[in-house]
Amino acid sequence: MTKRTIIPIGPYHALQEEPEFFKLHVEGEKVVGLEIELGYNHRGIEKLSESKHYDQTIFLVERICGICSTSHPIACVQAIEDAGDIEVPERALYIRSLIGELERIHSHMLWLGLAGHFLGFNTIWMWAWRYREDVLDVFELITGNRNHYAMMKAGGVRRDIKSEDIPAIKKMIGNLVKPLTLFKNAVVDDPVIHARTKGVGTLTAQQIIDYAALGPTARASGVLIDVRRDHPHAAYGLVDWDVIVAQNGDVFDKAVVRILEMFESLKIIDQCLEKLKTVTGPIDSNPREIKPGEGVGHYEAPRGEVFHYIRSDGTNRPARHKVRAPSFMNIVTDREAVIGQTVSDATIILAAVDPCYCCTERMAAIDVNSGKKTFTSADMIRLSQAKTEQVKKQLGAPGPQIKLL
Amino acid sequence: MTRDEVLAMAKKNLGNTIIDFYEKSQQRVSIEVKPEDILETTRVMFHDLHARFQTASGVDTPNGIEIIYHWALDPMNCVVNVRTKLKRENPVIDSCANLVKATEWIEREMWEMLGIEFTNHPDMKHLLLKEDWPEGKYPLRRDYFTEIENKKTTESETNEARHD
Repeated sequence: MTKRTIIPIGPYHALQEEPEFFKLHVEGEKVVGLEIELGYNHRGIEKLSESKHYDQTIFLVERICGICSTSHPIACVQAIEDAGDIEVPERALYIRSLIGELERIHSHMLWLGLAGHFLGFNTIWMWAWRYREDVLDVFELITGNRNHYAMMKAGGVRRDIKSEDIPAIKKMIGNLVKPLTLFKNAVVDDPVIHARTKGVGTLTAQQIIDYAALGPTARASGVLIDVRRDHPHAAYGLVDWDVIVAQNGDVFDKAVVRILEMFESLKIIDQCLEKLKTVTGPIDSNPREIKPGEGVGHYEAPRGEVFHYIRSDGTNRPARHKVRAPSFMNIVTDREAVIGQTVSDATIILAAVDPCYCCTERMAAIDVNSGKKTFTSADMIRLSQAKTEQVKKQLGAPGPQIKLL
Repeated sequence: MTRDEVLAMAKKNLGNTIIDFYEKSQQRVSIEVKPEDILETTRVMFHDLHARFQTASGVDTPNGIEIIYHWALDPMNCVVNVRTKLKRENPVIDSCANLVKATEWIEREMWEMLGIEFTNHPDMKHLLLKEDWPEGKYPLRRDYFTEIENKKTTESETNEARHD
């Protein structure tokens, strides 16, 4: 009889800041079950929001996530605007999209770097994060902040983009094309990456629909949903861009979707900057009150649709504020993706939905029968990296090469 | 299919179960149904209309506990809010998790936060709160924090007054 072992991953997710607790049930090398536990970092933001007035609420939701720190505010202000029937000036729409897309680039780069690290390609990790800094510099130029930009406001945006800054921003954005192409070439054609990620952690289109998974996770499985296109908001209906979709639903396709999306983001940013030269006018409609009613706001964050529901009772505070982050829908799909895979692939599969990143690592494998610690967190990653080394040897290929620019 | 055709189909398939049908705008439609019809409504939304389940919001109101199931009709740029009102003393409703897997987690959340009981849920246990959370305490209910909240409001008002 095969002995069943439970490998706890968590309460902090491997390498990610998000405290999630995965219990991998394994028989030998094979994963046969997955339990997911959440709530280690529950902050009661929905309840807290009911005690803040609408302007403060936006700052509060900005702090839900440090990586998609503009996605929640955009969804939130749209919910408030929906509830109060507030018009937004056109110039503000372009600025919203611009900030949103910059965020998408830096978020995807962060994921790419961590995925590289999981697979044992620390060069990708270091260089992806080095070029992510350039995106943060653009943020600093536009908003004055590198991470929490505080740009969104019900009825518009808080800060304008000065026309004399636009050439400098354009130059900085232009400088990103080269490194992004470098990563694209390094990852998309590399045989070692193919061997490690193709056919691993596959999700079918039907599974995506059943679990209502979102964002790049859904698009990698051929489910063509993108809130930016389907429910046009901000300036997404006013600029020209494509939704990236792939068909296989494995880790490789998820990576490809994210990499190609960054180029679309560059396209959107470029058009927004062009438009900002000609579209003048106010950036804020200065709403004075929110009438009673309810509103729904959703925005395509880097990981999928962020959803906010606001009920207003006519006072200056929301009567109910419901927040649904994309990972809430995406993490559940792990239990389909990881079953039948090996332990050394589990790390990258659990990371492939990009369940909100950054991170503390705290993993340990415990043999349930003896209660002894068999693996540590570092061991799990080492296991994944060792597999890559093995694949490299088998293929006689060096893995993705990053040439210095 | 266009948006109007889909909504007409929803009206036809749901028939008498609709208590209230209200189009707020081109993008927002609200349908109210009785709690006992929720399974049928969910089936129509998911299988007939191919809507995407976004999430459900539980709201504690003075007149009872409301659940709003948010469904996105992606090709039509429309969000349908299916709402149902439960009695505050005994909020019980059928679980949709066997029909639509995506509802599983949010039902667990609504159970622990608002005390809504979902019958036939496949795996009902705490999602966000800890395992030994006291029974019968529901943090998103209005009366849970009443005392603390009153104190907090007075405090923050004095603070705000101080800053003004």
